[in-house]
Amino acid sequence: MAKILERRRLVPNLHLIEVQAPEVARKAQPGQFVIIMPDERGERIPLNIADWDERRGSVTSVFILVGTSTHKLSLLKAGDEAPVFVGPLGKPSEIQKFGTVVVAGGCYGIGAIYPIARALKKAGNKIITLLDVKAKYLLYWEDKLRSVSDKFYISARDHAFDSKAYIPQEVESIIKEEKSIDRVIAIGCTYLMYACSQATKPHGIKTVVSLNPIMVDGTGMCGACRVTVDGQTKFGCVDGPDFDGHKVDWDELFLRRKAYFDDEIQSLCYWERTNFP
Amino acid sequence: MSEEKEEKKGLSPELKERLKAEFEKEWRKELRKAIPVKERMKIPRQKMPEREPEERNKDFNEVNKGLTPEQARLEAQRCLDCANPQCVTGCPVAIDIPTFIKLVEKGDFIASVRIIKETNSLPAICGRVCPQETQCEEICTTKKATGVPVAIGNLERFVSDYERINGEVSIPKILPSTGRKVAIIGAGPAGLTVAGDLAKKGHQVTIFEALHISGGVLVYGIPEFRLPKATLRAEVEYLKKLGVEIRTSFVVGKTATLDDLKKDGYEAFFIGTGAGLPNFMKIPGENLVGVYSANEYLTRVNLMCAYDFPEYDTPVFKAKRAAVIGGGNVAMDSVRTAKRLGAERSMIIYRRSRTEMPARVEEVKHAEEEGIEFHFLTTPTRYFGDERGRVKAMECLRMELGEPDSSGRRRPVPVKGSEFISEVDLVVVAIGQSPNPLIPQTTPGLKIGKWGNVDVDWKTMATSIEGVYAGGDIIRGGATVILAMGDGRIAASEIDKYLNTRK
Repeated sequence: MAKILERRRLVPNLHLIEVQAPEVARKAQPGQFVIIMPDERGERIPLNIADWDERRGSVTSVFILVGTSTHKLSLLKAGDEAPVFVGPLGKPSEIQKFGTVVVAGGCYGIGAIYPIARALKKAGNKIITLLDVKAKYLLYWEDKLRSVSDKFYISARDHAFDSKAYIPQEVESIIKEEKSIDRVIAIGCTYLMYACSQATKPHGIKTVVSLNPIMVDGTGMCGACRVTVDGQTKFGCVDGPDFDGHKVDWDELFLRRKAYFDDEIQSLCYWERTNFP
Repeated sequence: MSEEKEEKKGLSPELKERLKAEFEKEWRKELRKAIPVKERMKIPRQKMPEREPEERNKDFNEVNKGLTPEQARLEAQRCLDCANPQCVTGCPVAIDIPTFIKLVEKGDFIASVRIIKETNSLPAICGRVCPQETQCEEICTTKKATGVPVAIGNLERFVSDYERINGEVSIPKILPSTGRKVAIIGAGPAGLTVAGDLAKKGHQVTIFEALHISGGVLVYGIPEFRLPKATLRAEVEYLKKLGVEIRTSFVVGKTATLDDLKKDGYEAFFIGTGAGLPNFMKIPGENLVGVYSANEYLTRVNLMCAYDFPEYDTPVFKAKRAAVIGGGNVAMDSVRTAKRLGAERSMIIYRRSRTEMPARVEEVKHAEEEGIEFHFLTTPTRYFGDERGRVKAMECLRMELGEPDSSGRRRPVPVKGSEFISEVDLVVVAIGQSPNPLIPQTTPGLKIGKWGNVDVDWKTMATSIEGVYAGGDIIRGGATVILAMGDGRIAASEIDKYLNTRK
């Protein structure tokens, strides 16, 4: 059982959860994830690690409300306990002095890219951060991310910021503006990561994405999270979650992520009916 | 696929002494006198009461109901109490079978299970899942004499259930604390066995388990209808009473490495991380939605209770036409699970013939009764999907048996031009599991064999790192619960010796 230290809504549909997990905090590295189970009948779901505090012994994640499991998480309060909180899982992100790195994130990805941007900055990279939100009021952690960025852009569909473009167009303009970009990191919903990869492909810029296949155990035992990268089957939980965005079979990933679409709707309706009659 | 490197051992001198001493006790002599051998040989093997196939194939409750006490005593009488018991050599943990059976005949069921527990800490499990027909029951003297062995497994199950149901579980004598810490990685059959043995010797044992419930394959792999979770929980509780600490949701190799644990004061280690790496056939369409590894399919149903969706949140496909590829126990479990989840057709697709199937005989029988279709000498070559990326059909090829391969079984050879297409909406690939790579990949200096297994000295279970031992599927590939326990037994004994020689 893991104790919840804090759970609060950051912006509509996006929540932060801080869990007491001293051993995970001790070992956490940027790019890794945890598996959490909200209650005894819940699913095991993966969440990117957005931050950790070794002194406090805690690990923080940001999640978006989708179905039953994330709705259950959103109702947890400080002092509650989650039956499962295991990690840190997955291979850590590659952190090196690459040169100039564009770190792009959308929705829960804004949280997920923070530790990566922070570590890359510390390693001597020039960090160009690009956040994508549907509207201005959906922006969170702006100060945190500005603090680890050399340049900072926001793209939003409600035209509240200077940019009026969806993230891939922003990536294109950054590429045009900068003399050279050595690497792009993109984390967010599948479409965002796919679109960013498509934008950088013609320029041949290495793009690393943090894939989000469905998982069950998270330790490589079941193969639920298998993805095809460069024509080979890889397990998202042990070979990833970072992969080369130009080599991922995105069509397959989109289809596999929808595997339980009908069940998920049924589950959410059932949960809402039983909890909010 | 595992290579059995152990020599078929005879009985150790101590065991021979003990068996002889028990054999010559007064009460044993009296029992033998009470019923002559000829009479014993006339008693038919007691039939294990089973639930009706058409009723049981719709739910996950246990299929076998257990012998009644009257049946148990009659069955125990079938044992001839021979002077030279071979059954003990057939048991991977060398249980004192004659003594426990004769105690059943005498009616002293509690004393009987205590005898078993001297060597086997998880008898309720072994009694249910051991392939007795290839172990103790294969060389049983009664089998030689009458053609039908004593139902040793059913008796083991009977006495352990009796003890649990009647609430008489006792704790054996535990030696004084040695103050030595042992880390066991994996709460599966091997790890649980090592834990029990070492705890009894007074060592401070902690099991680190990656999943959130203990049991390993016992909890995620073997379905409820073969091994009820309540039974498993009771066995794990028994170990906790011996003083074993179990830390779940702890992934050694990620949450902490072996070196981290050494710094925390653990002096000896046992790696029992099992065969948690699914094998796929690498044929086209294998990543279609609805094509599962057996590990995933069974984990969703058994560990995450997907059969009770939406009461439990984890879903699993409920197919109309399910095809399970493979012929072992895991394949049997998968196909019988698909049936219970409502499949109109549940099929086994196996590339060899019936005689080569490695599954436990009772499982195959139960599967046939439940309406499972067996398609032998058939193998899939590709899967076809619909526009949603879901499997809708498979192409299969007929096989015929050729020369034997390295496992001694005749190798299947494709019959050219025999491809045919079959409609399926669920495929479970149950062709074997390989050792989980996490510990091998995160423990420098650990010697690994050619198929990812941890390399050990088979006499001591010692790995290439001092103080680190291993056993079970991580050294063998997917095998059986009892073999894992046998390894655990040896490793525990060696770890005890090792700790006693350390300063």
